[in-house]
Amino acid sequence: MATMTAGEIRSIEERYPQVFRRPLYKRFAPLFLFVGILLYLVYALWFFSLPQVLRESHWERLPLFLMQWVSYDLQPEFRLDQPEITPKYPRFSALGENPNPDWVIKNADGTFSVLIDGPGKSVTFDKSKATIVANGETVPVLLTGGKPVISGPVPDWITAHDDEVVAKMGFAGEVRVTVDRVKVRKRFLGWANFVFDTRSPFFGRSASEVVSLIVSGPELKPGTSNLALAGDNIWNNAQWQHGDVWTKLLQTIVMAFLGTLLGGIVAFPLAFFAARNITPNGLLSQVLKRFFDFMRSVDMLIWALFFTRAFGPGPLAGSAAIFFTEIGTLGKTYSESLENIDDKPREGIKSTGANGLLVQRYGVMPEVIPVFISQTLYQWESNTRGATIIGAVGAGGIGLKLWEAMRTNSNWANVFYMVLLTLAVVFIFDNISNFLRRRLSRTIHDYNRIQAEQG
Amino acid sequence: MTLSVTAPSRATHQMADAWRRQISLRRLYTVLGVGLLLAAMFASMWFADEANAGHFFDRLPHILDFLSWLIPKDWNDVWRALFDIASPHDTGTQEFNFPLGRVYVWGGFYIPEYFELMLTTVNVALVSTFIGFIFAVPFSFIAARNLTPHPVLRLVVKRFMELLRAFPEIVIAGLFAAIVSTGPIAAIIAIGLHSIGALGKLFYEINENIDMRAEEGLRAVGANWFERVRFADLPQVLPNFMSYTLLRVEINVRASTIIGAVGGGGIGEELKLSISRGFGAKTLALVLLLFTTIFIIDQFSAWLRRKLVGEQAFLMGA
Repeated sequence: MATMTAGEIRSIEERYPQVFRRPLYKRFAPLFLFVGILLYLVYALWFFSLPQVLRESHWERLPLFLMQWVSYDLQPEFRLDQPEITPKYPRFSALGENPNPDWVIKNADGTFSVLIDGPGKSVTFDKSKATIVANGETVPVLLTGGKPVISGPVPDWITAHDDEVVAKMGFAGEVRVTVDRVKVRKRFLGWANFVFDTRSPFFGRSASEVVSLIVSGPELKPGTSNLALAGDNIWNNAQWQHGDVWTKLLQTIVMAFLGTLLGGIVAFPLAFFAARNITPNGLLSQVLKRFFDFMRSVDMLIWALFFTRAFGPGPLAGSAAIFFTEIGTLGKTYSESLENIDDKPREGIKSTGANGLLVQRYGVMPEVIPVFISQTLYQWESNTRGATIIGAVGAGGIGLKLWEAMRTNSNWANVFYMVLLTLAVVFIFDNISNFLRRRLSRTIHDYNRIQAEQG
Repeated sequence: MTLSVTAPSRATHQMADAWRRQISLRRLYTVLGVGLLLAAMFASMWFADEANAGHFFDRLPHILDFLSWLIPKDWNDVWRALFDIASPHDTGTQEFNFPLGRVYVWGGFYIPEYFELMLTTVNVALVSTFIGFIFAVPFSFIAARNLTPHPVLRLVVKRFMELLRAFPEIVIAGLFAAIVSTGPIAAIIAIGLHSIGALGKLFYEINENIDMRAEEGLRAVGANWFERVRFADLPQVLPNFMSYTLLRVEINVRASTIIGAVGGGGIGEELKLSISRGFGAKTLALVLLLFTTIFIIDQFSAWLRRKLVGEQAFLMGA
């Protein structure tokens, strides 16, 4: 490769000043942009007082909450100041009315054993002494001296407070011991009573038992077949509220469908009047385009709040909100794709003496309909996601239910159930819409290919 | 010149018949499809109406009643509410306590409450878009079929972004509201995570359509993955990335308003309160401010995008 002489380099420099002598602001534009963004971030840090918020946040709750998404716990309590020690379960515990779990053992010598994770993680106690076993260590706690006293060294998984000894056993649970009670929390992986709640006559039976009851068992509730009873019990499960959740989910789907479809139906004729190349009247086109901008800029939230006020909370308000926003969005995209069409088919139809309507029908529609449908499907897809969130302000659907379940901070398993359902719906509708759009884009391809072949 | 007329052959007849049959079949399908769609639409309408607290035809005559609270007795109150100026109608109720929310910056100079709230909402949108951009760019290069360092890594990143995209924003917002306290930070995390997924998808689709010659050139001189991405691929796609990021800013301003309404702070919360309590002047002021801001941001971002990539940024779908 030949080396360049200084003269050649200079001549190239002179020939291309736009490359070698760029103005200062252009040369340093990326640097300015970078510094600008950095300054903005510092400002945002101050604006949201991020260091303070982070200092006051409770990150230790995050794994706890995430754990609650896929597990549940049972919390038996044993009073030691009664004449006889009996386990007490909180009301509405997942074990039902008469709990008798096999991990709470009444020993022959009058002591109780609670197996939190087998014998390796357990507690055995009577009125005078509790023995906590975990991590290969055995820790005796004396309860007779007016406060719990640990004899021997205290391992790091036990915290000894003044009046309470707390033993944390990781995911499996924990034991809290005071002189007058022993409290156990045992955590189970999975969702409790997902199918039948504790009030159902099918509660606590194995799957094969339930099936045989449904197929050939005696009527558990006179007058209704066991199948109908089981269905009713599942649908009205008090803890999981399957019926309500599924209905609300359907509402969300309906909101997105109805809003998008109606928006498309209204936007379709308007778009023709808004497209500059189809409507010769510039004023009308401008007015319609500003109208579309207006409908879009008055946010979906504002529409949702107004319609919730007008129609009362429910899917009607949500559909109306999506409908109004969609008139703007679809009107805009429709009219933009109308402005980008090929004019030749229109001219051809016009040259045959067809009237205005026929020109649109045969000269414009075949070209834009697949594009319109594709755009509508895209919006449908994104509204299915958006409808969830609109619901939380009262516009119907699963959003409000999700929000209420989260508010209490205790019902994370229900939240996760609804999240899974929402994810499934979004996934299914994404795929339907993608499939249809791919089919359509093939149609568009064919159309373009035929056009190209015919010149 | 003689005109020779030959009777159409049987083959031609058959072809014409087949054509007609096909057309009528297609027409049948179209009619069936439209009929099905209409049936689904009317069923949906009935279902939505049935499940709603108020019914459509019962409430329709009262639509204008609902407008009646919106129209303030004194139109000047809208301006007063907007700029936190004391109203002569102030009777100590929440409806007219305009000066209460002033945010004093310097002596007697204050930012009106609603402008401060709007600023919060816009800042949430900007910061979360920034988070989305920062993570989506590297993810998009890993997830692009032609640029990925490893196919397994590509699949993992793609699925992860899909999950982020589909995960309902309010759940993330609610989860983090319990951790970092309700307010804009939870909203930033929620919208930021969603933006990573949304931008990442758009970005990797751009990446899959780039011109590979620059990449091959760098590969020929022995550049590693980072160098290739930095010097061959990034310069090609950056204008498009910027354009989509600006589009995302528009979407995120709306999203942060909505998240605000369910406890994320900012203007959404105030708007929800004001509408649910029927404060006409306050609602109009808020709607006016929100509408103007969204309109300005949309127009500015459209202008910037047009400068960056030309008209192609405006053809969505298809």
